[in-house]
Amino acid sequence: MHSRKPFYIFVALLFIIGISTSIYRGIEHNVPFLPGEQVQSWAVDAKISFNGTNQPAEVNFSLPNDPAFDILVENASSPGYGLTISAEAKNRRAVWSIREASGSQALYYRVTLVPTGKLNIETDEVPVAPEAYLWPATEKSAAEQITEEVWVRSATNLSFAQQLMNLINDNDQSQNMALLLSANTPTNLFVHMLHSKGVPARIVNGLQLEDQRRRQQLTSYVQVYNDGEWELFDVPNNKKGRDNTLVLWEYTGNSVLDVMGGTNSLVNFSMLQDTRSALATSIDMMMNDDAWDFSLYQLPLEEQSTFKGILLIPIGVLVVVFLRVIVGIKTSGTFMPVLIALAFIQTTLLTGLIGFLLIVAFGLMIRSYLSTLNLLLISRISAVIIVVIFIIGLFTLISFKLGLSEGLTITFFPMIILAWTIERMSILWEEEGPKKVFVSGGGSLFVATLAYLAMDNQLVQHWVFNFLGVHLVILALVLVMGQYTGYRLTELKRFKPLVGEQ
Amino acid sequence: MKYAWPWELSRSGVLNMNRRNISYIGRYNQRKFYKRVDDKLITKQLALANGIAVPDLIGVVHQQHKIQEIPTMVLDRTGFVIKPAKGSGGKGIMVITRVSNGCYYKPNGHEVTHSEIYRHVSNILSGLFSLGGKPDVAIVEGLIEFDPVFEGLSYEGVPDIRLIVFKGFPVMGMLRLSTAASDGKANLHQGAVGVGLDIATGNSLHAVQFDLPVDKHPDTHFPLSNIVVPHWETLLHTASSAYEMCELGYLGTDMVLDKNKGPLLLELNARPGLTIQIANGRGILPRLKHVEAMKSSTMSVEERVAYAKKHFCSNPIF
Repeated sequence: MHSRKPFYIFVALLFIIGISTSIYRGIEHNVPFLPGEQVQSWAVDAKISFNGTNQPAEVNFSLPNDPAFDILVENASSPGYGLTISAEAKNRRAVWSIREASGSQALYYRVTLVPTGKLNIETDEVPVAPEAYLWPATEKSAAEQITEEVWVRSATNLSFAQQLMNLINDNDQSQNMALLLSANTPTNLFVHMLHSKGVPARIVNGLQLEDQRRRQQLTSYVQVYNDGEWELFDVPNNKKGRDNTLVLWEYTGNSVLDVMGGTNSLVNFSMLQDTRSALATSIDMMMNDDAWDFSLYQLPLEEQSTFKGILLIPIGVLVVVFLRVIVGIKTSGTFMPVLIALAFIQTTLLTGLIGFLLIVAFGLMIRSYLSTLNLLLISRISAVIIVVIFIIGLFTLISFKLGLSEGLTITFFPMIILAWTIERMSILWEEEGPKKVFVSGGGSLFVATLAYLAMDNQLVQHWVFNFLGVHLVILALVLVMGQYTGYRLTELKRFKPLVGEQ
Repeated sequence: MKYAWPWELSRSGVLNMNRRNISYIGRYNQRKFYKRVDDKLITKQLALANGIAVPDLIGVVHQQHKIQEIPTMVLDRTGFVIKPAKGSGGKGIMVITRVSNGCYYKPNGHEVTHSEIYRHVSNILSGLFSLGGKPDVAIVEGLIEFDPVFEGLSYEGVPDIRLIVFKGFPVMGMLRLSTAASDGKANLHQGAVGVGLDIATGNSLHAVQFDLPVDKHPDTHFPLSNIVVPHWETLLHTASSAYEMCELGYLGTDMVLDKNKGPLLLELNARPGLTIQIANGRGILPRLKHVEAMKSSTMSVEERVAYAKKHFCSNPIF
């Protein structure tokens, strides 16, 4: 007897790989763990307008690259313009160009954004210490006094920034602060003060998302570097941090819009919130990543729907293995119940059961006539197959005439399987009587019903198709059950007389 | 309570289906030897080569057109049996106990027409009764004239003796008696009565029908408590030597007692059922473990029979 260890290691590996790939798929690719989950997405339109000056024009517009949002679709429309999108890792920009622009011009950029929840902006490189801002002589002493005061009271860059912002927004403003604010915007003042103490900070442009808003402008925010992360400060509103309705359109210190050969340039945003299926969204996202990914979504839709059916079979098989090995229910034909259950998925349970019973009952009646003809087995079963097709045709026609649309699905039954079932049951009837036929047929239908209930489950269907790792787990379970040497549930009853007689 | 706890069964040493398949059949029965027991024709030839008595072979039908020859084959017989060579679980066995004026009669007196025989054999050839539906051949065998010691014990059929042989040791035995419910067949799941036998003496221990204890035959009302199976030594010996013949470690041997020829080997079974435990009123596992624990396996048939008689006897329960 060889060691069982490699086997158990193999099963454990299958289990771990199955679970971890499923979790990976859920977390990394955002495939929802539950079916029917919805996510919000934002359609954002940027309209760039400027006046042409009858000479060549070039419009250089920064595109969003915010880790808090994934880009689902983006496109730009600009009749007559040449467009290039430069995809530098950190600084994505669209460049429109034209030989001659005259009159008012409008360029559009549209993007669909999906929130990812990754609100932190992390960086590996420590930014260089900023040059201190040169205050105008009138403001110098006031500014230095305030920064010095706050600097002493703070411990880190972050607490320094926080207290500065509080001070700027303080209702009881000191004269010094009032003086500074009269000459600077709060945001600028905040950055200058941070820079004068060597704290890395930068002004970034963000867009506040709000459903059905039009003609929105970018707002300025301040990012303060602290410990590998850029923290966001909304100075006018005295708010630190960000939520998932704020897109940082540009945060690398470059300009948002550069127009050469035009005047009065302006960018306006309008946006719309949309709810869409989380699954469809993550599939679209996966399609966007050109990286080779092992998934069934790349197949044509028709093959995908075929696979949706095929991938349910392991579930049915698992149910049958469980009911036979652990429970001990007898079925006629090992995996016949799985095939019947597959047919039930097409017909729905009640119609399927009624249809199955009708066909088998009629088939048995005709088969009993065939048995008097002394045919060879092969031709007898062939005759049964043809008769089964007649019966199915007849039932379909009758149910159509009666207006029972459920009856039409009866054609989904696998005919060869039905013919074999009829043949086996007929033999069973002749050899062991009708009682056995009902017991064995009933057992098969019971197992088929349970297999159907498992396979028809929304959650199960969602998992077997979208998380292929589940199949490794099923394989592991089947292998483990193949090693089960314990008592079956039905044996507990069967062998009951053997207990307590020793 | 109708259900037993698993640990109670385990304490009683009850072998279950999964464990039988994995730990005994899977471990001790090599696949390549299966055809020696799955094909009854091969079993018969092997038995004859090993000097084991079997029911006499009247003929074999290999092809459809040979079916017509059956009436000629059985011309001077009082009865005969048609069975598929690769059948399992007693399926497809047709017993004709009386032939008169070209008409055939089943044990229950029903007439069987020529066309019914034709269809039955045709079904056998098509593989209806064989495992996996493989094409098969039909064996026509002489009827066993069963030993009158079993008179009144069996209804419309021949009682047979099933012995479980593990690594050459007969470990458990039972007598199977057909009933009206089992239609003359000796299969327990079809309603035959199983009588557990003491390995040492061949005395009955306990009897069941449909897994429930009985003390009288349901049709003949013959008491089942004091049966002594004759030729017990020969039966043990034959069963034990079947191990050398087919080289399967876990084996069921089915034998019958013929009035004239004594014990005949009917068939071997590589996947014997578990009801023998219920018929014996005890689990088979301790005996199997006992044999497994023995180191030397160079014992002769006589030594094995003697060892089994000494170690696997039981005290009668009633």
